[in-house]
Amino acid sequence: MEKKAILEKFPRSPDVLLALLHALQRANPQNYLTHEDLELAAQYLGLPLSRVRDAVTFYTMFSLKPRGKHIIRVCASPNCHLAGAWSVLEELKGELGIDVGETTPDGLFTLECTSCLGVCGVAPVMMVDEEVVGNLTPLRAREVIRRIREGG
Amino acid sequence: MRPARTHVLVAVDEEARLSGVEQVLTALHQILSEYGLSEEVRVVETGTLGISGQGVVLAVYPDAVFYGRVRPEDVREIVEVHLLKGRPVERLRLPTAAPVARPGEILGRQTRIVLRNVGVINPENIEEYIAQGGYEALAKALSGMKPEEVIEEIRRAGLRGRGGAGFPTGVKWQAVRSAPGPEKYVICNADEGEPGTFKDRLILEGDPHRILEAMTIAGYAVGARLGIIYVRGEYALSIRRLEHAIRQAREYGLLGKNILESGFSFDVEVRPGAGAYVCGEETALIESLEGKRGWPRIRPPYPVTHGFWGRPTVVNNVETLANVPDIVVRGAGWYRTFGTPTCPGTKVYTILGHVRFPGLVEVEMGTPLRVLIYELGGGVRDDRPLKAVLIGGAAGAFLTPKDLDVRLDFDSLAGRAAVLGSGAVLVMDDSSCIVDMLTSILHFFRHESCGQCVPCRVGTDLLVRLLAEVRRGEAGPEALRRMVEIVEAMRLGSLCPLGQSVALPVRSALENFQEEFLAHAQGGPCAVCHAQGGRA
Ligand SMILES: Cc1cc2nc3c(=O)[nH]c(=O)nc-3n(C[C@H](O)[C@H](O)[C@H](O)COP(=O)(O)O)c2cc1C
Ligand code: SF4
Ligand code: FES
Repeated sequence: MEKKAILEKFPRSPDVLLALLHALQRANPQNYLTHEDLELAAQYLGLPLSRVRDAVTFYTMFSLKPRGKHIIRVCASPNCHLAGAWSVLEELKGELGIDVGETTPDGLFTLECTSCLGVCGVAPVMMVDEEVVGNLTPLRAREVIRRIREGG
Repeated sequence: MRPARTHVLVAVDEEARLSGVEQVLTALHQILSEYGLSEEVRVVETGTLGISGQGVVLAVYPDAVFYGRVRPEDVREIVEVHLLKGRPVERLRLPTAAPVARPGEILGRQTRIVLRNVGVINPENIEEYIAQGGYEALAKALSGMKPEEVIEEIRRAGLRGRGGAGFPTGVKWQAVRSAPGPEKYVICNADEGEPGTFKDRLILEGDPHRILEAMTIAGYAVGARLGIIYVRGEYALSIRRLEHAIRQAREYGLLGKNILESGFSFDVEVRPGAGAYVCGEETALIESLEGKRGWPRIRPPYPVTHGFWGRPTVVNNVETLANVPDIVVRGAGWYRTFGTPTCPGTKVYTILGHVRFPGLVEVEMGTPLRVLIYELGGGVRDDRPLKAVLIGGAAGAFLTPKDLDVRLDFDSLAGRAAVLGSGAVLVMDDSSCIVDMLTSILHFFRHESCGQCVPCRVGTDLLVRLLAEVRRGEAGPEALRRMVEIVEAMRLGSLCPLGQSVALPVRSALENFQEEFLAHAQGGPCAVCHAQGGRA
């Protein structure tokens, strides 16, 4: 979608900033906010650019660096931890060949850790983009990655 | 013979979606129509049935049979054997009788007020909510009660906030009503981020209109025209259901201008968060809503006088609001028949970890912890011994088997009252390592500290490092004493309750499991820590 069209879905009021940034970030195939995005948001809402940048750096769901096409976020909070999140994370690091916070050289995946996602009933849990995948084992986590790779 | 008027309730919540509920539903509709049963058997897509960790869960009524881990290929058997021949499919049957009750009805040990519609109605259909008495409270308030009378009813009911430490809701509403200002706001705090907590999500997914109705009543009572629901950015299904519900309510004239011809106008908007636990704190939430970083404000002034855009603002938790419609319809006297004299009503919990039946329950205030774990949760899995219960999530407290008779209400928990709101109950059997659990908790705090004030920013980092040393056996008992000093300094010197609350899990872990910490300090990681790779 044209960026202008994205902006115009929102009223020009600073309290929609986060929702607007979410929409801009979603529209970027590399899953991040560009400098231009921040300028557009600031201009549209009548906010100083510094304030928009300040907000963006605060929230974990936004990134100012290009990220992979798919974002893998593994929950590391107590319930998932108790259920074995650590071994899932280790498996993912091995399978992807990267550490937490990094992106694979092919630009397909970024691996992140996150706090409780509120779906602890199926711990351990990870989010693949906007989908939650639960009841993970190292094997299942690896299968998810391989399936995405094959599917492109 | 075909059984007449059977209902199949299918839980469609986040957990079910990721277990493939869509495919199960497709199969169900297809096979039912194959047998010409589409009329007699009504499939209801509803919120959670209160059962966690069992994949796709569905219930057949009036038989009250529950099935779990249902896959598309199981559906034919359920239709052919159960729905056609009346014999439950034992291999899929769940051993727990999940609760569906009329308001206030007592179900085993459960009492359902907040959750009365969750798992009963289709949350995407406003008419099902109305059929259960929905929007009756709003009509009653707008047609026959003055705003002051609404507040008085809530005050007399003794409703206390379920998101924090139990602040009286009536008092809060009165403060906003009395505060001067041309514009006031009602904010619903749905930023649920406390680890192990997801009751608000299940309320929003299962009964969104209840929250819209309660916010409109709150708006009428305090004199606000706009309500905002701040929802965790990750709660995609909640956001979708709320937006859908708002559209429906507007179509029915239950939101918008001149609601029910009363002359009162009110509207509700949904705003997503963006992944910051501290934004659940009400002043940080307001900063975030104003398009800024979520740094807690220095209080006073409080939001009741200086909230959103500096104007008087009610901030209430989802569960708190969910109590409001029934109080307005049935009255304070009715509400007070539940719970304790100082904490009337019920409390919703998510019971997780090493229990046989993890899930969502609602019980009266004052219910002993033992009932929660052994009756509702079915006891510890595989009959292993209970080691610890973490109640209230990361900012919670570790309890031990000797605490099982503690009554769960804001007063009995005294200094630990804040742990109640979240409703997270994490049960650990003897295979759990408390040092390891505390490590995960401290990582959480280091990650979520907003960095605004020094005691919390530095303290959370120091704690993580110290505990890592203890765990590796590189630090002596003096490291444990340092940890206690640090959390005490954080309790006294931090700007907001996030930093102050780190003392709770740290102290309760060190006090109750001192030997375990000493053993690590002397001997290095235990078997469990090894399995967790000694993460530092
Ligand atoms: C770090 C932190 C996180 C919080 N998270 C939440 C939350 O997710 N939901 C919530 O309702 N209250 C949360 N609170 C409490 C709120 O600040 C506030 O007390 C509450 O929303 C008031 O609503 P109530 O009176 O209905 O309980 C949090 C507080 C702190 C300090
Ligand atoms: S106590 Fe922690 S979370 Fe609260 S304001 Fe200070 S740094 Fe931020
Ligand atoms: S602890 Fe991982 S989803 Fe809650």
